[in-house]
Parts: sequence; C-alpha cells; structure tokens
Amino acid sequence: MATMDSDDNNSSSSLHGGSVGANPPDRFGHLRRVLERVGPFSPEGYEATPDILKFIHSCKVLVVGAGGLGCELVKNLALMGFQNMHIIDMDTIDLSNLNRQFLFRIGDVGQSKAEVAAAFINKRVQSANVTAYYSRIEDHDEDFYSSFHIIVCGLDSIVARRWLNNMVFSLLRYDDDGAVEPDSVIPIVDGGTEGFKGNARVICPGQTPCIECNLDLFPPQINYPLCTLASKPRLPEHCIEYVRLIQWGEEKPFEVPIDGDDPAHINWIYEKAVERASLYGIQGVTYRLTQGVVKHIIPAVASTNAVIAAACATEVLKIASSCCTPMDNFMNFSDSDGIYTYTYKAERREDCMACSNVPKVLEFAGEVRLGEVIEFLQESPTFQMKHPAVIASVGGRSKTLYMAMMSATHSNLEQKMKDLGIADRGEIVVSDATTPAARTFILQYKEAGAGVINNGTAETKISNNNSS
Amino acid sequence: MFGLLPLSTMMGFKMMVSASPSPRSPEITEKTKKYDRQLRLWGDHGQSRLEKSHVCLINSSATGTEILKSLVLPGVGSFTIVDGYKVTQEDIGINFFLDQDSLGKSRAEYTTKLLLELNTDVNGEAIEEHPEMLLKQNPNFFNHFSVVIGCQLDEKTLVTISQVLWESQVPFVYVNCIGFLGWVRVQVNELAIIESHPDSTIQDLRLDVPFPELIAYMDALTINSREVAQKTPWLVLLFKAIQKFSTPSTGDSMDTTGCHPCHMKSQEKQEFKKYLKQYLCEVGLKDTDEEFDEVVKAANSALSPSMINSNVQALLDDPKSTKPEKTKFWVMCGALREFVANNGQLPVRGVLPDMMADSDRYINLQSVYREKASKDAEDILGRSQQLLKQAGLQGLTIVEEDVKLFCKECQNLRLIRGYPMYEEINSVPVEILQELAQNTEDSDQEMMYYLLLRGLLRFQGDYHTYPGLLDRDVEPDINRFKGTFTKLLNDWNATISAKEDCIHELCRYGACELPSVAAFIGGCAAQEVIKIITKQYVPLDNTFIYNAMQSTSSSFKMTRANS
Ligand SMILES: [Zn+2]
Repeated sequence: MATMDSDDNNSSSSLHGGSVGANPPDRFGHLRRVLERVGPFSPEGYEATPDILKFIHSCKVLVVGAGGLGCELVKNLALMGFQNMHIIDMDTIDLSNLNRQFLFRIGDVGQSKAEVAAAFINKRVQSANVTAYYSRIEDHDEDFYSSFHIIVCGLDSIVARRWLNNMVFSLLRYDDDGAVEPDSVIPIVDGGTEGFKGNARVICPGQTPCIECNLDLFPPQINYPLCTLASKPRLPEHCIEYVRLIQWGEEKPFEVPIDGDDPAHINWIYEKAVERASLYGIQGVTYRLTQGVVKHIIPAVASTNAVIAAACATEVLKIASSCCTPMDNFMNFSDSDGIYTYTYKAERREDCMACSNVPKVLEFAGEVRLGEVIEFLQESPTFQMKHPAVIASVGGRSKTLYMAMMSATHSNLEQKMKDLGIADRGEIVVSDATTPAARTFILQYKEAGAGVINNGTAETKISNNNSS
Repeated sequence: MFGLLPLSTMMGFKMMVSASPSPRSPEITEKTKKYDRQLRLWGDHGQSRLEKSHVCLINSSATGTEILKSLVLPGVGSFTIVDGYKVTQEDIGINFFLDQDSLGKSRAEYTTKLLLELNTDVNGEAIEEHPEMLLKQNPNFFNHFSVVIGCQLDEKTLVTISQVLWESQVPFVYVNCIGFLGWVRVQVNELAIIESHPDSTIQDLRLDVPFPELIAYMDALTINSREVAQKTPWLVLLFKAIQKFSTPSTGDSMDTTGCHPCHMKSQEKQEFKKYLKQYLCEVGLKDTDEEFDEVVKAANSALSPSMINSNVQALLDDPKSTKPEKTKFWVMCGALREFVANNGQLPVRGVLPDMMADSDRYINLQSVYREKASKDAEDILGRSQQLLKQAGLQGLTIVEEDVKLFCKECQNLRLIRGYPMYEEINSVPVEILQELAQNTEDSDQEMMYYLLLRGLLRFQGDYHTYPGLLDRDVEPDINRFKGTFTKLLNDWNATISAKEDCIHELCRYGACELPSVAAFIGGCAAQEVIKIITKQYVPLDNTFIYNAMQSTSSSFKMTRANS
C-alpha cells in the first residue's frame, strides 16, 4: 500500500535508477513533488497539500474510446493516481488494432475493448479501479454523464465527438443573469490523431470554444463526383469507388451489403477494380488501397497516439489538481518532419449552435422546399448533420415533417415549407445523430434569390446540386 | 492428398472464367493485417527495415520503456536493455512495465519481460549492468546496434556514450524528462533521406522547359470546340495558351524574348491570366463552365518555374557527389549531378495531379510524363553503374528499383549532417546565448530551459545528486543550483543572467519523472528512432525541448560554433 506520511526519510537508493531518493519511498513520490510543492509558476492560491492527491484518487473521470488513444489515456491516468476511472467503447478488438492498442493481445481479438483495457489496467497498476462500459455513448443518459468531473475523449468519429460535446453542453445550468453555474460545468479534454499528425484540446464550457465552434477544423470526407466514377475514371480510387458504389449493387455478388472486414468482399471489389482500371489504362489498384478506400482507413501508429494521449493526460492532471493552468486551448502536433507543435487559442463562434445558447435563424428563399432545408443542414459546414429529422411547432402543436424511418413523411420533401405550415419566422425543431438534444431553428424567408444562411459572421450559400 | 485435386481444378477453373489479365490476389498474412495501419505510412520496405533492426536502450526508466513500447508494438526486430539498477517503489509508480512483484529485482530484466508481452514477433534481451562498466569490458559493445537510446545518463556517461557512438557511426537518441520538461536530442553522423514524405510537393510539370516528347504530344492535339475543351485536362489548355502567348502571330511586335509566364512576377502574371481567359473563350469554353474555372485556378500553382531547390542543390555540390562515397545514395547523387549538368534539369518525376478530363485524354497525358520519367531514370541508372565501375565500387549494386524511387523523390531528398553531443556538452552554446540575449521577452522559454537542463547535468556532475530531491532540500538547493548555473554562464562568457523563477521550478521538480511527460517524450523519441531505421520522413535536427506546463515546444539545431 502506498503510504501517505511525509516525514523526511531518504531511501537514498541509486541516483539515476528509479527512486532518486525522495521523501518516503512512495509510489506517487514523483507526482507529489509537483503536486505538494508550490512553484514560482503555480497558479495563485494553489494549495500544495496531500489533499490534492486524495482528490485525484477520487476524481471521477470518463475516458471515451478504448482505442489507440484510450489505452494510452487509462495507462497515464492510472499511473498519475486517478483511481475512479470509467471507460466506454462499443467496439471489439480487431487484429489491426494490435500495432498500437497496447493493452490488447492476439487472444483478446473479438472481445470488448473497454472491458479488456480496464481489466489489464486494474491488474497491472496497484489500486487502479477502472470501470468498463461495453456500450455506445448514446446508451447513457444525462444522469450518467453529469456524474463525472472530467471527460477525456479519444475518438475517431466526429459524430460521436459532437454528440458528447452537445451532451455536456445540455447539462449546463444558467443562473438568473444567464451566466453558467460553475458546478454544472464538465471540462472535456479531446485528442485526435491521423498518421503522424494529431491534436489535443481543452474544452471548458463557458470559456473556450467547443467542438461545434471549430467544426471546420475537421477535413471533409473526399467524395468523387458520380459522373467521374461512371464514365471518366482517372485514378485507381475512382475504379474502387465505382465498384463499391455501383457494381456491388448491380452484380450482388454476396447478396448482402459490403462488409469491409470480410476479406471475400474486399477481394471481390479489388478484382473488379483491377479489371476496370485495366480497361482504362489506369495503374495502381492494390489490395491495400482497395481496403483503405472501402473502409475509409486512417493510418495510425503507436507513437502519435502515445504523444497525443500524453498531452491530454497532462491537461487532465492540470484540471483535476489546479497545479498548473490548463492549456488555452488547442495544440497541433506533427512529427513527419522533425518534431513540431503549435499551441494557440482557438476562437469561440459567437453564434455557435451548441455553446452560445441563442436560437439560430436560417434564411431561405420564400419558396424553399423541405428537402432543400434538409440538404442544407447536411451540407453546410456549420451543421454537417447526418440524418436530420424535422419537427414543426405550429401553434403550440408539434408535427413531424420528416423522419427517414417514417415513409409517410417522405412526400413532404417536395413540399414548400410555407405549405407545410411554417410561416416567416416560424420554428422548426431538428434532431440528429450529432446531438443528444434537438435544436430549434427559426426560418426567415427572403424576397428572392438562392437560399442563404445569415449567421452574422459568414454567409454560406445553399448548395443545391447533388454530387454528380 | 486427395483434397488437393479438386482444389487445384477449381483454381484452374476460376482462372479461366475471370477476365484477363487475371488479378492475382495479394498475400494477406496475419502480419500484414496486424501492421496494416502503419504499413500505409512507411510501406513494406520500411517495415522490413524495422524488422531487421536491433535497438539498444540504456536505462529502462519510465521514458525509456515508453520509447521501447512504441518500437515493440510496430515490430522492431530486437532490443537490448542495458540497465544496472534495481527496481524501487518509486519506479513502480511511474513505469507501466513494472509491477509490485518487481520491487528490488533487476529493472533491465523485469521491463524486458513485460515489454516482450506486447509483441510476439520481437526479441529482447536484458543486460543488468551500467553502460560505463560494459564499455570497460568491451569498448565495441554498442557498435552493432541500429540505434542506441539513452536516458537517465549523468554528464560524464553521456559524453562517453555520445563519443563512442559518434566514432562508430551508430545513431544515438538522448532523452531526458524532468518534471514538466522534456529534452530529445538526435545524434546521427550523416543520414540521407530519399523518402521524406513532404506534406505537399511542388508539381513537376515542366511548363517552362517542356521536353520534346511533351511538345510533340501537345502539338498533335487540336482543341476546336467546347465539347473537346471540356474533355481536355487543364494542363493541355494551359500549355497551349502559354505557347500562343509567347509566339504572337505575324506582324505583332510583341517581345518574344520576354519572360515565360512561369517566371513572371505577380503583376505580369495577371496579364497572362487575362490572356488565358481570352484563349479559353477562343477554344470554345464559356466562362461559366466548371472546366473554365479549373484551368484558371490550376494556373495559380502551375505557373511556377522548374527549379532545383536548395536542399538538392547542396547535395549536388557536395564533395561526396563529385567523388561518390561507397553508398548507393551518394553514387546516385553523383549520377544526378551529371544528369543535371547535361540537361539543366532534374529527372522528370512522372506524377501528375488529378485533372477534370475524360479518361483517355488524362491517361495519355500522364503516360507522356511517365515515359519521360522512365527514360530519365534509365539515364540515371546507366550513369550510376558507370560511376560504380569507375570508382571500383563493384561490391555495390544499384538496380532499376533504387533509381526509380530516387528519381521520383529527387525533389525531396534530404540530408542530415549531425553534430556530436559530446562536443555540444563541452562547448559554449553560442547561438542559444545570442538568441536569448537579443530576446528579452519570454518568446523562447524553451531555450532557457535547454540551458538550465545543461546546468542540471553539471550540477549532478558536481554534487552527484539532483537539486530538490527532498522537500527540505528545495530551498538550499535553489542557491546551490544557482551557483552552478551562474558559474556555467560565466564559463560561457554569457551576457544573460540566470532566471530565478526557472531555477526554482527545476529545484521543485526534484528530478521527478511524470508519467504523461515521459509518455509524450517517449512517443516523440520512438518515432525519431523509426525514422532513422526506416530512412523515411525527416528526423529531428537535432534538439527538441517540450514544456508541458505551457503545452508548448521548440526545436532548434545545436551546431559547432564558428570560431
Ligand atoms: Zn461552440
């Protein structure tokens, strides 16, 4: 057991090896030197007492994602004394995870990532206590999320990040003056990696920008125009996408949708893509490329995950202990050419949907149809919704205008908003996978011309042509 | 045995029905599946280099095992841990590759055992000994490693190891983590990188110096309608516009010796762009056409001169290119030098960006560049083999594959010439001192911390301990450390003074290693080792300081002072 006494008792073992002979030979001896000594750069009023470490032991931290970043995060946080940790991941372990997700072994393939990671940490690190949730983040409600002091995200999905961000913001309570009540704030530390690049950020609701404020930082997915795929392919990727999007549906080789993890499926696509490429004289279709395109594979390596998770863990320690001012608020990292970091203060969006608490006004032409509004919500860089469902509130009554699952509502897509009962300055309520709470929009009609969203800072044109 | 017959018959049947050429399914092994995500970064050839390598870690501290973790996971061939220390309770608290059972045991052996659990493809051995002792027994001990990593080294050992490795030309990565600070230093004698994988590459289009095959191809094309223009890659339209712009019709007394659009200043370029738009309308495009926009937009980056960048020029001018050293790289540089002397240009890369066009027109254009690239590579291959013969370097063989990669990447070649750490430790950090003397702001805190970390090495050398190990030592050690550091600054004739706050901060750390700082530095250092081994991407040249307090960092190059 770790001892918490602090009388000076020099263990005086070797100078370089391990214990550099600090106070008592304590597991947390290293950590306590920064937590229990006030330094010249400690924030004003920092009280360097053993209570800090006690708080860290009890601080309830949620690690979201048990992949490359998640494994690293639980390891770092467990070593730094976090003993009330929870980890959630809906995924199971795949062979291709093992080159970086270091808590998993070949024998674990197929098991829950969260469960295996938690069990490993609990076994390796004395008094670590990690609770695993083999579930989706959407399976848990406000009560679950509001019980945490800090949430750390190591996710590869933007949608999941946004959902979580919006969950944390929906938990905020405001006082009579409209200011955020401090005890309703849960800071988020978020990390992301791609190859040799990565970023770490601190989101402190009320002070820093949130995920939705900087959605434009995420690169858009590459979509090739359908006409290129169909009639004028030039790149190997064009051939692979054609097979994936067109030929698979036409030839129905396995009578099921494509499963990127089924080698037989990938192989079929690969062989057809090679055929198509040779027809056009295109070089470079390989099995690896095929798999990469079909599964949207993002390259990943152990080192970048270690670096980004470490940067995130340091910020969690700063937030939990107040021994240092947390990063304000965004760090980019790359080590493909030397080692490079860039830390800056990302700006809040005044009119952010998630963190500004102001209803959003969308401006459209008077004749706008429901389908166009939905398309706008999907394609606008500000919203990037997935499958929005639209509910109208007309005269205090709500009516579902569109929901993908309700085929009866599909005919509404061609209807004008006006005819659906939405008058100028009327409200619609939109729910989507990107947010746990529905969003209210006010529709404002312009005289003529293309629909334009007028959001004060930028004007985004509605894009009305499909990808062809 | 019987089972084989129907199977082979089936395979034969499958071959017959599948369209020709029959695509051969590649071999998918457990290994390529396991390493898939990293093979996309450094390829099978990078992986094979990694799997053949043998790295050595001196002292398996928290940072040390973090480095090895990020080498064992991607499949380094083997590792050796040299560590003479026994595991302490404090070690267990910060090092994930130790557990409570390891207390008092050999740190080398225990960390080796737990690290090996990460990857069954990797071999590892532990040597329970201090590096100085090993060197006494066998001065060549470190010579056969691909890379040596050192942590928790005192100043004297650091100097010894650095010198031994420099002289035997073994790359050395030094790391040091204390409190919220981290230090990574890469020491390589000379490292040539062919595949530097830049984030963006300048397009190699040769618009200003078209090769004969390109001119012939362009001349054979006629664009006489909107329909044709819409199917034509922008490069063709741009080429033709330039051609027409530079050779005005008879009677027109435009200055034909004038500047090529690729070499124009931005104002003149605007003139050309006006002309370009006019030309596009002449061939039938409408200014509302998507294709029209694409040409105009592409012209911005395409209109740049074909030239040899300074990195590559320095390689061509290097004495090792003039009289090639016995390495593939320098022989190919020698061949490149001759090629440039004869042609005035680098070999054509043969890579085009995607352009809106129909398949045939794009693929044909691409072939023109590819064929030229192939021809140029053949030229370099011939010259390389000639050079090998002349220099009597028969032991070395250069094959088509080597030359093709070299030519494709010849714009991006990088060379790192190192500076040994033992010299750095024994000399005045002139440039750092100058930089800090000029900058009164906090702009380069990391440089100040670099000096203080040097001071800390000196303190350890003088007192055989670190400042601030015990709570009660912090105050008195601030003065002792200040004394050491001031003396060091005096020895360096520095005009700056010790920063009181920073000295205090370092004493507060009491040589502690924080798990998350160790993990950050461990990840960075591991990737440096991988870059050196795979000879891909560009290693740190040569110093990196991380400041976790502010979440900032700085890289700079320590060099021999000009004196
Ligand atoms: Zn926001």
